[in-house]
Amino acid sequence: MHSISLALNGKPVHGQVEGRTLLVEFIRESRGLTGTHVGCDTSQCGACVVSVNGKAVKSCTVFAVACDGAEITTIEGLAKGVDLHPMQVAFKEHHGLQCGFCTPGMIMASIDIVKRHGKSVDEETIRRELSGNICRCTGYHNIVKAVQAGAANM
Amino acid sequence: MRYEMPTTAKAAAGLLAKEKGRAFVLAGGTDLLVKMKAGVVEPDLIVDIKAIKGMKDIKKSAGGFVIGAAVPCVALSENAALTKAWPGVVEAANLIGSKQVQGRCTMSGNLCNASPAADSVPALIAAGAKVSIISAKGSRKVAVEDVTTGVGRTSLKKGEFVTAIELPAKKPKSGDAYLRFIPRTEMDIAVVSCAVNVSLDAKGMITKARVVLGAVAITALLVKDAASAIVGTKLDDAAKAKLAAACSAACKPIDDKRGTVEFRTEVAGVLARRAAEIAYARAGGKQ
Repeated sequence: MHSISLALNGKPVHGQVEGRTLLVEFIRESRGLTGTHVGCDTSQCGACVVSVNGKAVKSCTVFAVACDGAEITTIEGLAKGVDLHPMQVAFKEHHGLQCGFCTPGMIMASIDIVKRHGKSVDEETIRRELSGNICRCTGYHNIVKAVQAGAANM
Repeated sequence: MRYEMPTTAKAAAGLLAKEKGRAFVLAGGTDLLVKMKAGVVEPDLIVDIKAIKGMKDIKKSAGGFVIGAAVPCVALSENAALTKAWPGVVEAANLIGSKQVQGRCTMSGNLCNASPAADSVPALIAAGAKVSIISAKGSRKVAVEDVTTGVGRTSLKKGEFVTAIELPAKKPKSGDAYLRFIPRTEMDIAVVSCAVNVSLDAKGMITKARVVLGAVAITALLVKDAASAIVGTKLDDAAKAKLAAACSAACKPIDDKRGTVEFRTEVAGVLARRAAEIAYARAGGKQ
């Protein structure tokens, strides 16, 4: 077992993990934060995307022990109290979700896209950058609209 | 399973040398972790090399570029000098997986995973890249084409691991390109791929060429006949037809759900022609 300490949604967290424990298992099972989803488990679908030291990472393909000392933000860490993050608001307003399973990963990936490409990121860039996030309801049109609207308000 | 994160290459080599069970090197982990979850591999020891000094650095010198084994593919495209010198290599590396996968995955891992369809490998071979390999007994350098020996197999001996990939300095009037065929636009595995690297003389005549095919044999293929087909030409239509024919002739593909033998053989020639056109234009050649 390994001892790890990290900042999860701004709060210091300590835990004991096995070498092979995945970051997503630590987040969901040890910390009870089930907003981060597991879809494919093979780093294709993107439902498990979280922010690790400011970068979007598929948490099903990272060991928790490798994140010792990291700052991690999950979907639960975006809202400030009752005020949703602008990207969450945009997904709600633009109907950027149907079943919602992919939404946490979509939103975490979208915020990363806006950080790197800016508020006026174009549709083509959004579609290319979201290639690692799969929506099983195929609601991509509204997702792209939501990302553009969310970007403008970030 | 033990997880170790040594801070020196020597310590990593020592851990790998001492291990009696199944030891695996972890860089980005985008292949290894997926294989572990699928039960394909059951490591006794994982040596994470990301904390070793220099492993995440891209160093530029007169001799070219040294790319640490843990440099994620995204970092390659963020390096302007590297992208300018070796656009084909950078494009190939940034076709692997999705953006988030590219944020973790490495070219060294892509090479050592030894998939015949690895995207960065044909481009590295075309570029004439070498890998630095270290073990507890010493270090050596080999050409990228000498690393993969079969599907999932490499020439690395027990206890050895790749510390860096070295790309030569870009020659004047040279250019490289990589193309792959996939049925989707993103997030897929190459059905056929081709990398081309050419050098031109002052008149636009090709003086040197390297043509490499991916996903049409158990390893990437350096096709010397294809290179000879375009050397001494200005990539005219006759030369391109010979290039395509040489590439198709070199193919030893399999039939699978991604493509048939016939399809792969045909498309190899098409991609070679198109990749050669891009490489030629990047080298400053005008058709």
